[in-house]
Amino acid sequence: MDTEILARIQFAFTVAFHYIYPPLSIGLGLIMVFFEGMYLKTKSRHYEVLTRFWLKIFAITFGIGVATGIIMEFEFGTNWAVYSRFVGDIFGSALAAEGLFAFGLESAFLGILLFGWNRVSPRVHFISTIGVFLGSMFSAVWIVVANSWQQTPAGYHIVGEGFNARAEVTDFWAMVFNPSSVDRIIHVWQGAFLAGAFLVLSVHAYYLLKGQYVALSKKAFKVALLLATVIALSQLFSGHSSADGVAVNQPAKLAAMEGHYKASAPADLYVLGWVDNETQEVTGIKVPGGLSFLVHQDFDAPITGLNAFPKEDRPGQVNAVFQFYHIMIAIGMFLIALTLYASFLWWTGKLFEKRWLLKIFAFAVVLPQIANQAGWFAAEMGRQPWIVYGHLRTDQGFSQAVSANQILFSLILFLVVYSFLFLLFIYFINKKIMHGPYKEAENPNQVIQHV
Amino acid sequence: MEYFLGIDYPTLWYLVVGLLFSGYAILEGFDYGAGMWHIFFRKDLSRRIAINAIGPIWDANQVWFIIGAGALFAGFPVMYATMLSAMYLPFMVFLVLLILRSSAIKFRSAEPMLWWRKTWDIIYFTANLLISFLLGVVLANILQGIEIGENYRYSGGIFLSFLNPYAILVGLTTISLFMTQGAIFLLLKTEGRLYTRITFLLKRGMVFFIFSFAATSIYTFVHLPGVIDKFKEYPISFLVPVLAFLAVANVPRLAAKKKYGHALIFSSLTMAFLLMLVAIQLYPVLLPSSINPIYSVTIYNAASSMKSLEIMLTIVVIGAPLLAGYFLFLYRTFQGKVKLDDTSY
Repeated sequence: MDTEILARIQFAFTVAFHYIYPPLSIGLGLIMVFFEGMYLKTKSRHYEVLTRFWLKIFAITFGIGVATGIIMEFEFGTNWAVYSRFVGDIFGSALAAEGLFAFGLESAFLGILLFGWNRVSPRVHFISTIGVFLGSMFSAVWIVVANSWQQTPAGYHIVGEGFNARAEVTDFWAMVFNPSSVDRIIHVWQGAFLAGAFLVLSVHAYYLLKGQYVALSKKAFKVALLLATVIALSQLFSGHSSADGVAVNQPAKLAAMEGHYKASAPADLYVLGWVDNETQEVTGIKVPGGLSFLVHQDFDAPITGLNAFPKEDRPGQVNAVFQFYHIMIAIGMFLIALTLYASFLWWTGKLFEKRWLLKIFAFAVVLPQIANQAGWFAAEMGRQPWIVYGHLRTDQGFSQAVSANQILFSLILFLVVYSFLFLLFIYFINKKIMHGPYKEAENPNQVIQHV
Repeated sequence: MEYFLGIDYPTLWYLVVGLLFSGYAILEGFDYGAGMWHIFFRKDLSRRIAINAIGPIWDANQVWFIIGAGALFAGFPVMYATMLSAMYLPFMVFLVLLILRSSAIKFRSAEPMLWWRKTWDIIYFTANLLISFLLGVVLANILQGIEIGENYRYSGGIFLSFLNPYAILVGLTTISLFMTQGAIFLLLKTEGRLYTRITFLLKRGMVFFIFSFAATSIYTFVHLPGVIDKFKEYPISFLVPVLAFLAVANVPRLAAKKKYGHALIFSSLTMAFLLMLVAIQLYPVLLPSSINPIYSVTIYNAASSMKSLEIMLTIVVIGAPLLAGYFLFLYRTFQGKVKLDDTSY
């Protein structure tokens, strides 16, 4: 395999693995802020136990997120040297801001969050929890800003030619608020909230099914369900707004997402399907003119198709983009139905009576994770063949100094170390869950202070 | 070119990057050092104390490295891209070691089995040792220069060529410096028999450091003869090696008086002055080309645009006091001897 493909595989693998953890940290962070806030307000032991219990799981996800995140910061330079020189001027300020404002905040308060229970007052501890949560939210902002700039560059001009060409920032705020960043930040945050909420739902559904920690779990389940319902629904709006943006700014990506080839014709919306890139046909279940309607509120409005672009300027893996996009949508819809139904049962007072529903929640923890991954794969593969949309091609962005064998070596190294890390993650999460929030043999209202 | 207080922006950013990496060396220096002494403690409790001495702060210390690398990417993208792609394998190994190290801290004490803890202890020690060594290797190769040609194209070896004698020597010196720093830090964090044992270990660490430091200094003068040219040009800069020497000499003196707080300050100053020496020697070059000096990466051909540097300098002016505040708060919260509790590693 050549250097470019290996560099892409390594980047995709390391970033996809990394992206299991930060969304969990952001989502759990929000829920922990709520639990701890409620504990301070009501002095309820239940909330104290919940805070301490979820803090242990948070510590593991956060730790692996940081460890695997450092790799990403260096991989731009090691594997994508030409790209780094091209975007450094733009990425620079986003990265500097991320480091100082986000990483500094979260890592300094993390120490107090994890080890400060006996050293600071409850109020200061709560402030630390908020600090870590805000830090993780800011981290997401700057990295999504940088990625969005690659999708929809703004506030820059190109200086130099050929090898020495690079983008230089002309307007900082136009660069930060480039056409896709706001939609995508919100979309990413919401995906993270769902990942965290569904982990909490899953664990407490499991306890409820086992008949353990019942009173506590009911409380936690309701909190997470409320968050999940609101976010799953609102994800529909940010997703729609994001797709509208793609229609305007990256028409080739939108066309690939629905497998729409005709240069200018009404486009269909597929529920599911299969794209044949050779015959340019899609087989599947569709709403005729559906995409036209979503974008233009008119079933007959023409949408720019893939054939409007020269072959070398449009995504090559149309079916992959199509599938990833549709997996994300399908999961999103399922999560809306699931949370709405559960909320309806909550309203009628029958939420915890249906065991099959709790079983679904116990397993549903993987769904937001799959949707988050699929969404990113659709976004990144849909941007191809560009690494910076319209300016720098992926096959021109990689490091010339690095040979395929070197990447193969590092890729195998990452595969081994990350598999090992993933096993440790699963093992310890499972251990914490099995251990439970407190020793159940005793009465929680007495024991809890020793937890 | 834009100036602030008579200093051009790339030079200002050079100072920012230098400051960040000095902070990283000082703070992670005692973290890595404590990690290397770890294996010399026999009792499990002592090892746990050594880990928990850095437990609440190592993540924050590591942020200096993350911000430093970000600042390099931001201000000198050409340097960031050229160095990382040229030294691909050393950096990949370094990054994997960082992952193993942080896993060891988190997971070592999470299971009671002896084999589990022993395995993690070996991983932890080895990772800290090799991380420190590789930092020295990278620094030495930057000082010597690497094979960079036209368009910053690197044409040298992929791994073994970086492990030249000078690099190995600087690597060992880095290990000894971090071990000294780590032992002093642990003395501030421990008590009783462990404390007594570390006072002995510190002496060995300082002897190791002084020998490797002397060897490196002599080798540098012989091997890199141009090293004093820059200082002849600006005689005032001779102050820095003098101060570095005084700081080095002051550490054993303060350690003998058991003033470990002050000793930590002076061993930190040692690192800062040594890095300042490197910075003065290199300036305005960032990565010399051993093929031809015209291909060297300098702060001027590597810099981001003036506009971008201005934005980033503004961000630093706003962000640095915030960061300083977080750190003061964090260090104040965890000052004093280690007390293990149910949240400890």
